[in-house]
Amino acid sequence: MRAVLTLAFAVALLLVPGAADAGTPHGTPKEPLAAYGYHLYGQYCLACHGGNAAGRYDEPSNATGEGPGREQGQQGGIGPSLHGVGALAADFYLRTGYMPLRHLGLQPRRRPVLFSDHQIKALVAYVATFGGPAIPTPKPALGSLSQGQALFTEHCAGCHQVLAQGGYVKGGLPPDLMQATARQVAEAVRIGPYVMPRFSQRALSDRQLDSIVRYVQFTHAPTRPGGWGLGYLGPVPEGLVTWFLAIPALLVLCLLLGRRLSR
Amino acid sequence: MSRRGAPMTRRAVRWLDERSATAPLLRKTLRYLFPDHWSFLLGEVALYAFMVLVATGIYLTFFFVDSTREVVFRGDYYPALYGQRMSEAYASVLHLSLAVRAGLLIRQTHHWAANVFLAAIVLHLFRVFFTGAYRKPRELTYWLGVTMLMLSLLEAYIGYSLVDDLMSGMGLVIGYSVGLSLPFVGQNLMNWLFDGMFPGSPKLWPRMYIAHVLIFPILIGLLLGAHLLLVAMRHHTQFRRKKAQSERTIVGIPAFPGQAPRSLGLMVGTAGVLFLIGGLVQINPIWLWGPFHTYSSTNGAQPDWYLGWLIGALRLVPSFDLTIGHYTLLPNPFWGGAAFPLVVFGFLYFWPWLERRFTGDQAFHNLLDRPRDAPVRTGIGVAMVSWVFLVFLAGASDRVDVTLGIGYAPQIWVYRVVVWVLPVVFGLVAWWTCKELQAGELVLRDRHEAEQEARLTRMRHGAERPGDPDALES
Ligand code: HEC
Ligand code: HEC
Repeated sequence: MRAVLTLAFAVALLLVPGAADAGTPHGTPKEPLAAYGYHLYGQYCLACHGGNAAGRYDEPSNATGEGPGREQGQQGGIGPSLHGVGALAADFYLRTGYMPLRHLGLQPRRRPVLFSDHQIKALVAYVATFGGPAIPTPKPALGSLSQGQALFTEHCAGCHQVLAQGGYVKGGLPPDLMQATARQVAEAVRIGPYVMPRFSQRALSDRQLDSIVRYVQFTHAPTRPGGWGLGYLGPVPEGLVTWFLAIPALLVLCLLLGRRLSR
Repeated sequence: MSRRGAPMTRRAVRWLDERSATAPLLRKTLRYLFPDHWSFLLGEVALYAFMVLVATGIYLTFFFVDSTREVVFRGDYYPALYGQRMSEAYASVLHLSLAVRAGLLIRQTHHWAANVFLAAIVLHLFRVFFTGAYRKPRELTYWLGVTMLMLSLLEAYIGYSLVDDLMSGMGLVIGYSVGLSLPFVGQNLMNWLFDGMFPGSPKLWPRMYIAHVLIFPILIGLLLGAHLLLVAMRHHTQFRRKKAQSERTIVGIPAFPGQAPRSLGLMVGTAGVLFLIGGLVQINPIWLWGPFHTYSSTNGAQPDWYLGWLIGALRLVPSFDLTIGHYTLLPNPFWGGAAFPLVVFGFLYFWPWLERRFTGDQAFHNLLDRPRDAPVRTGIGVAMVSWVFLVFLAGASDRVDVTLGIGYAPQIWVYRVVVWVLPVVFGLVAWWTCKELQAGELVLRDRHEAEQEARLTRMRHGAERPGDPDALES
């Protein structure tokens, strides 16, 4: 009986990647919430981020990459170390549904969140035991909309489009920010997920960040004099309206007025 | 036709004639026969859109300031830009859009009118091309038209550059780099136009303004006048209505009372449609783009649709420069931004000559071909249109990636192939379709002739054998 169990354990070790090279175990944290997080981590994150959240760099990252195969921009391993990323990054990656990543080699995208609020808090608490910044609390009300507009245009619009509608850059797709909450914007700026650069306090102060957050909230429902907004994308939808609305209307007019009078 | 109308016009003509002695001309004008087919109205739509452009444009000049002097925006009607530094030009358009009565309606109508104006010209061009209307003796009319198209593209480009918002600034950067890429003259030409390196000296904006509101409109207006005069002097072309119709008979409806109400209706209708979308659908919401600074940019900035084909071309050309030693002879933007439109417009200009050259057809043509009557022309036309259209589509590939998740880089590679293959395929299919349609018609005609012959024979037989029921029928 014991032999069978040992064998099963060995097989499990082989099957669960990362379990074998788990290094010196940090062990179960004492704090109950973090301990629950440790448990969840073992279930959902260990395979990529490795034992002790020290990262796994043993295989090339695109080994299991599928689909269109966006290259994993930065790191060479399967999942990066979570030491020092802090509650801030964990909160961002979990509440956006970026983690757990579905396929290796793909850019993390917004997905339905797998965990309950309690579970997220637990995972965040666990990742936080490895040190790093706390979850920020932006105060958009203190920021200036106009300054936010200017800063966003200068630092973010090149990737996310001026009205945060998203776009394409080499190596990744900066998403639209329509679903990003104030906290997530503040977190993303300090993390710099995927190909996005990381902005330090020196590059953008917290007050400037408040302004940016305020501007991002403004883009969710911009003032719109002038009628139907066409998605705030500029000329592409305008061309569509020209050719599929205005021109057909005028063609109908031509057909009606141009009906044959002579025989 | 209209009893009550005639004396009224007659009185009006007499009144004018007594004061100007123009009765013969007027009478001729009123009796001018217009072709009675809706497709001839496309050019008119362009004409009326042009009128709307001029009218709304005049209103805009009351408020626009052609200066790039830096000001601080103090419009409390728009907090999202309050206190930002920007050019006076941009500030004036913000003011005009958000604070001037009817300013936004007029500005949006102006911009929609530009989009529609160019679309209508393109459709008009299709009609002229695919029916062979440009043939002798109307090449001049046609060349004037193509020239107007080119001028209108430039005019529209300058128009939205004037606003000096983020998008227009980025557009100007691209235009500048294309200009620079012209071999030998590029550098000097752009320095001369911009009065220095990008972003130019304070003289640039007044120059663009004069070009936009005076030089180009007058040029287009003059060409338009000549275009219409030539149409009238050589008379409209027309479709063949009856089989026996010759190149010399003119059928159609008189200017009055046939065509005039029709044209008036179209004019009012075009203006109506333009003002309607101008009031209901946002176009170029410049207050959302913010001011342009050389250090700022936005993802996915696009030109208006009529320049989209150039952006597509700039994207498709693989990045390489043609260099001789250290001297860059042809920088990359040359291919997409200059060579491509040059080829397209070159084709348009040379086509009538090419066609005459290859068909040896030197005759006068007043009767139009249907597209099927000239399969080779139709095939080549379809190939050209699909070539430009596919390149145009490539210009939107980043948006396709974002919204549909089809990778940008693979798309570009697919386009690089498809852009050359599909036009040939489409052209051949069009050519083949024309041939088939022609053949179908021949079969029908043969059958018709055979039936008629059979009937004649039967009639002759019938004369010998009275009482044949078939014979009575015909
Ligand atoms: C399929 C493999 C995979 C799984 C499973 C996975 N991750 Fe990740 N994770 C990654 C990769 C790859 C990155 C780097 C992503 C990037 O560059 O944006 C990452 C990044 C992160 C980051 C950000 C690190 C940083 O440097 O800012 C956090 C936090 C994170 N993951 C937490 C988790 C948690 C918590 C779980 C379990 C719920 C999890 N991950 C599951 C692959 C995975
Ligand atoms: C180099 C391009 C780039 C720049 C510059 C950039 N971002 Fe990002 N941003 C990205 C990419 C790519 C992602 C997606 C990250 C991922 O999938 O892991 C992203 C993600 C985000 C997200 C999360 C969006 C979501 O809902 O999933 C936010 C919020 C965000 N960025 C805000 C900003 C702000 C604010 C700035 C300016 C201070 C900025 N970004 C600058 C590329 C960029």
